[in-house]
Amino acid sequence: MSSTTGSLPTTAPILFEDYLALGIYVGIALFLVAILLLLSWGLGHRTRSRIKNEPYESGVYPTDNARLKGPVPFYLVAIFFILFDIEVIFVASWAVAYDRLGWAGFGQVSFFTLVLLVGLLHLWKTGALDWGPSAARQNRKNQDIP
Amino acid sequence: MEILFFYLVAFVTLVSGLLVIRCQSPVNSALALVNTFFCLAVFYVMLHAPFMAAIQIMVYAGAIMVLILFVIMLLNLGTESRQRYTRGVVWSSIASLLMLIVATVTIKTGQVTGAEGEITAHTVKSVGHTELIGRTMFTEFLLPFEIASILLLVAIVGAVVLAKKEV
Repeated sequence: MSSTTGSLPTTAPILFEDYLALGIYVGIALFLVAILLLLSWGLGHRTRSRIKNEPYESGVYPTDNARLKGPVPFYLVAIFFILFDIEVIFVASWAVAYDRLGWAGFGQVSFFTLVLLVGLLHLWKTGALDWGPSAARQNRKNQDIP
Repeated sequence: MEILFFYLVAFVTLVSGLLVIRCQSPVNSALALVNTFFCLAVFYVMLHAPFMAAIQIMVYAGAIMVLILFVIMLLNLGTESRQRYTRGVVWSSIASLLMLIVATVTIKTGQVTGAEGEITAHTVKSVGHTELIGRTMFTEFLLPFEIASILLLVAIVGAVVLAKKEV
């Protein structure tokens, strides 16, 4: 580093020791899990046969490919999860500094939340959060039945 | 001690990154990718950026990974994914070799330390990392922040329009 930094420390002098305890904790947790898994693997009883390795034990024979196509609504929910997850991060960055930002910051984050609330209402109204067949198809089905 | 820890985490990152591209099963690759994301979060913590580490775990290891797993489920990868693409190996080796040379030259000759900005490590320590991010985002970068909300709204509507044609 250049000499212009003066007396200010160029890196915060805390940190590594602070996180060392967390690291040791994680290490102990991983060690315990590894020991338990190894013990059950080493001491456990193992039987290997063709019947034992079948997915269902009680005589249900698997017929088709196990990799089925997932329904699209699951994927939609995953996308909405990402979007609202990002919203949570923005709101959290406001929440930690709310006292410094004052009412102006509150108004700004309210606008942000309102825009996303409009999005949520749109999802609700279009039925993107509904499971099963859409309302239009259900109406068609109801007309077919009688 | 800290440098040893860095090398340990870097080694784990590289190994899991290799596993991402070498695993036969796509789900195993995805799990290795989760491990890579966690290692990157550890790097953020070591760079004194705990908020970035939290975002890395929440958004990437959480949400993005869910999306990747759903893509694996939806695409229904079968036997065709087992074929290795051998034609591009030569070109990709040349490209990665050139990339390695560029990176080495840049690190050897460049000034990677950067200039001292307005916010020093001292300010970060006294005010707090996340508070600084929040304060800057709601004062200096207010317009991009509000544009981000509109962008998220467009993404919500776009996802519905793309996926909900006829279910």
